[in-house]
Amino acid sequence: MSAHSITEPSSRAKWVAGSLVILYALITMVPLAWIMMTGFKTPPDSISYPPKVIFEPSLEGYVNLFTTRTRVTPDALEALPPPATWYDEIVRERNMVIAGPSKFGERFLNSVIIGFGSTFLSVFLGTLAAYAFSRFKIPLADDLLFFILSTRMMPPIAVAIPIFLMYRNLGLSDTHLGMILLYTAVNISLAVWLLKGFIDEIPREYEEAALIDGYTRFQAFYKVVLPQAATGIASTAIFCLIFAWNEYAFSVLLTSATAQTAPPFIPTIIGVGGLDWPAVAAGATIFLLPVMIFTILLRKHLLRGITFGAVRK
Amino acid sequence: MAEVTLANVSKAFGATQAVDGISMTIPDGGFVVLLGPTGAGKTTTLRLISGLEKLDQGQITIGGHAVDGLTPAQRDVAMVFQQYSLYPHLSVRDNLAFPLRSPILKTPEDEIARKVSQIAEILQIPHKLDNKATELSGGEMQRVSIGRALVRDPSIYLMDEPLSSLDAKLRADLRVELKRIQADLGSTLLYVTHDQVEAMTMATHVGVLQDGKLVQYGTPRQIYEDPNSIYVASRLGLPRINILPSGLFGGSHKGPQIGLRPENITEGDGAEARVIRAEHLGDQTRLHVDLQGHAVTTLAQDGRDYTPDMTLKISPKDPLYFDAGGDRIQ
Repeated sequence: MSAHSITEPSSRAKWVAGSLVILYALITMVPLAWIMMTGFKTPPDSISYPPKVIFEPSLEGYVNLFTTRTRVTPDALEALPPPATWYDEIVRERNMVIAGPSKFGERFLNSVIIGFGSTFLSVFLGTLAAYAFSRFKIPLADDLLFFILSTRMMPPIAVAIPIFLMYRNLGLSDTHLGMILLYTAVNISLAVWLLKGFIDEIPREYEEAALIDGYTRFQAFYKVVLPQAATGIASTAIFCLIFAWNEYAFSVLLTSATAQTAPPFIPTIIGVGGLDWPAVAAGATIFLLPVMIFTILLRKHLLRGITFGAVRK
Repeated sequence: MAEVTLANVSKAFGATQAVDGISMTIPDGGFVVLLGPTGAGKTTTLRLISGLEKLDQGQITIGGHAVDGLTPAQRDVAMVFQQYSLYPHLSVRDNLAFPLRSPILKTPEDEIARKVSQIAEILQIPHKLDNKATELSGGEMQRVSIGRALVRDPSIYLMDEPLSSLDAKLRADLRVELKRIQADLGSTLLYVTHDQVEAMTMATHVGVLQDGKLVQYGTPRQIYEDPNSIYVASRLGLPRINILPSGLFGGSHKGPQIGLRPENITEGDGAEARVIRAEHLGDQTRLHVDLQGHAVTTLAQDGRDYTPDMTLKISPKDPLYFDAGGDRIQ
């Protein structure tokens, strides 16, 4: 027998709540699981009806994602030396040979550079701006904050054409720097507002104590404010990364050969050699991983970020 | 350690004049206590000396050097805040070491370890050194924050009601300990408190603040025995000084109001008063009486029983006289 506090839910209530959460999680994970499964199907299995839940796994989708292939006649295939690698073998079963690597690796790397680059820049600038707004007497601070927020009041794509023209003149079209700056410009207002809330919650007394303890203002910021703002910084970083990572429209419009990210690339797979759904699914799966890993690593902070403001310590 | 002087120091926040032309000298090795109700400017005075607030007017010197324009770090002051003072992301040990590791002091690690454990002993927290600062009780947090000041050897220690959040026993222990440390090291201290025992036992000088002005500055004894206004007289003394119209007692008087501390009322003859109740505090018994409609608190004589509605006669001994505005008439 253990004593129960009056506010502690009963074990039965906890059990019911837990089951509901698990059920909801399972439902929301069905599409995700389906995408991941499709990535390991063969193209015929991926479009079979009724849909196959049990199937023989194949890496064909992943091979197709990372390669470009050409069709050859059966005779020519006979004449070739035996396949050197497991992926050669998979491709030859469909009467094709590997012509070279696809652009996916490059596009994915572009996504990583642009996504994490703009996230870092947004959070870095956002933290400094939020600290300044939170701590210093800035003339017209409220108006400036409203102005920063107002940059998000219209959908970014509404200014796509001016940005397109501007980027062409500045030579920023189809460059990593251009995309990093663009995504940072979109994310910075979110970063400033979110982080200002977090920094406002950190009492000034800590910095004052650090100033008295022999540190400069910047050192106090670095040693006392930043560690306490870690939660806010982590959750802001996740929000910024998710936007930059998933952004599609500007990437289609402003990038082509050099700085194109993965989102506009994945659908182009469909056009090459029929409806290759396993390759698309494989691309989507790999594309999901970085954000998933990043979010899992920072999940404790994210939870605090979402419930932020609900409970005052 | 150093002498600290304030010359005509003023500070306003918007329309509120928080500190209004304060001039005083905190002698090297002195223990100066600032008294005054909330809003009298005690904390602002501390913050002006520390450099956390900028002066509107006047000048502050520490060790003979004017400190205007210097950052708190450059002023070499240590401060104990009333609250929110521990760095929550650091352990107790790192909190105590924080000032020693500052770019100004850059203390070697072995000396930090020595000083930290020495201070931890004094504050009775050696077993808590590896705890996170947030895992401490309120009293322990306050001890650590006092410790964070004491690890240093600054020009002056500024303490803003450092003992107010502690329980009575610990407060008494630390009061004695603080005074001992101050006397041993010859430290200069400026200390804000509401507690009259702290003021009377620790201070070498007491400054009384009223609406941002320093209304009296002297030894605790002078402040207690020779206050220059009713306001100052009311700051010290428990039970508080009785302020009565002097006409209640016969004879000639130097002023319209009379100030009588409980121990300055003698029983026997004089004006007639009715006992309301007696409070037995153990070491003394307080007697609340009604003197023609005025509540008066005095001390009971040993070995005498008092019952409500009993009548007795009281007379003033060495009263203080005040004019109608509350200023002292000598």
